[in-house]
Amino acid sequence: MCDAKLSLREVSSAYIHNGRILPVLDTISMQVKEGEFVSLLGPSGSGKSTLLKIIAGLIKPDAGSVFLNGKELKGTIVKMGYMPQKDLLLPWKPLLYNAALPLLAQGTGKKEAYNKVRELLPVFGLEGFENSYPSQLSGGMRQRAALLRTVLIDSEVMLLDEPFGALDALTRERLQEWMLKIWDHFKRSVIFVTHSIDEAIYLSDRIYMISELPGKIVLEQAINLPRPRARDIVLSPLFTEYKQNLMTALANETTWGNS
Amino acid sequence: MKKWGNTGANLPPLVFLVLLIAIWEVTGRAFNIPDHILPAPSSIGKALLNNMPLLWLHTKMTITAASVGLVLAVFVALVLSVLMNRVKMIKRVFYPLLVISQTVPIIALIPIMIIWFGFGLLPKILVVTLVCFFPLSVNLTEGLENVDNELIDLLKVMKAGPWRIFKSVQMPSVLPYFFSGLKISATYSVMGAVIAEWLGARAGLGIYMTRAMHSYSYSSFFAAIFIVVLLSMSLFKFTELLAWLSMPWNRIKEE
Ligand SMILES: Nc1ncnc2c1ncn2[C@@H]1O[C@H](COP(=O)(O)OP(=O)(O)OP(=O)(O)O)[C@@H](O)[C@H]1O
Ligand SMILES: [Mg+2]
Repeated sequence: MCDAKLSLREVSSAYIHNGRILPVLDTISMQVKEGEFVSLLGPSGSGKSTLLKIIAGLIKPDAGSVFLNGKELKGTIVKMGYMPQKDLLLPWKPLLYNAALPLLAQGTGKKEAYNKVRELLPVFGLEGFENSYPSQLSGGMRQRAALLRTVLIDSEVMLLDEPFGALDALTRERLQEWMLKIWDHFKRSVIFVTHSIDEAIYLSDRIYMISELPGKIVLEQAINLPRPRARDIVLSPLFTEYKQNLMTALANETTWGNS
Repeated sequence: MKKWGNTGANLPPLVFLVLLIAIWEVTGRAFNIPDHILPAPSSIGKALLNNMPLLWLHTKMTITAASVGLVLAVFVALVLSVLMNRVKMIKRVFYPLLVISQTVPIIALIPIMIIWFGFGLLPKILVVTLVCFFPLSVNLTEGLENVDNELIDLLKVMKAGPWRIFKSVQMPSVLPYFFSGLKISATYSVMGAVIAEWLGARAGLGIYMTRAMHSYSYSSFFAAIFIVVLLSMSLFKFTELLAWLSMPWNRIKEE
């Protein structure tokens, strides 16, 4: 636990829904090391987004604690590279402002912030679109813009909530490969939420699998595939073995098989 | 609202209007309709030209009452809706009162206001404010309620201050609501002023109209109506222009 960048100890949480208590997370413990890519894999509605909100300090857990660099976060909002499930770009601002928002929020001057964004636009495949409004961008571009914004949040931890969830399979695969490059480039610790087994294996160093409600960690799986990972690694026997393993665990945990 | 002042889109209603006026003029002449039943456009036009200086004097008063009242209404609505949004208790207490304030017949209130504040500008301004603040408050309240909390959360995680959050999230998401309220209020404002003047004033288009009526000068009466329509329309268009200018992102959506 000492060398963990971020760790959770027995976090539990419930929503009050229509006057009834809905337990969502059940004693979740997990950790992310410095520069590690960790995926949180689980069926829809298992409390993954809730968990990210707890880590970011947006929701207070009912029990348990969250540690950043070994220090307990007492339910306060902490500056983190949080990327919510909806891309949440400001519809009334052009891409440049949207991406620069974290810099502007911490008081960086407009000119400096924009220059920094402009530098990164090619890396995110967004050059030439800095003056476009979100409604003028494709789904994939919006996700990349949201990621660019997230990267610019000055924090060593990134919490990504299904960033590619709403994209078609082809775009999704391209962005996964690109995601790995970005991660290599920025060297952040990442918690990546997904309900795709392939995506989780392809990207991660480690996978936590979470059960249906109330969400419990049912499996922790280290992924020892070599890096950098080419796309055809998904055809390797080791990849298949991991996949088999996770699918079995998921099938045992859910009533309706894997998603 | 792609381009401001799109002439192509304005043409059909304009042609229709001209046609209507032409029919009015022609039937007026053909059937010899007397002025006290319906004055022809040409005689209204003549009255407009002949009474220009006097009409302008009264128009200035009405413009003042309507615009000051409207600005005041915007201010009141802003303060009220922000307060109601911040403190739920205030909303519970004030919202029903807001609705009640609109059910009281304004016509009945005006004489009371005249007794309290005299024949000057003040009671007119107050009437306009009373008429105009309601659509604005209702829209602003709804707008503030519909601000996406997740956006605010996201900015909080970026450690953005309250001013940044207001400027980049709350204000822009409330703007469309604000302007749809303002369009209604702007249209009401001139009418509110005229009605208030009608019941007693030293100057203003409302009192001008009652005087024209009593002296049987119907074409002057209609000339004043024409100015009222023109004023209301201009205010409406001006509001649209403001909306167009302040929400550039809305222009793109419809292209
Ligand atoms: N604000 C809320 N109030 C009440 N219940 C909520 C709230 N937010 C989420 N829930 C419930 O909590 C459960 C977990 O939601 P959560 O969004 O964390 O799941 P998820 O794993 O992110 O799902 P998905 O993969 O579909 O995004 C769901 O059953 C949901 O209905
Ligand atoms: Mg979710």
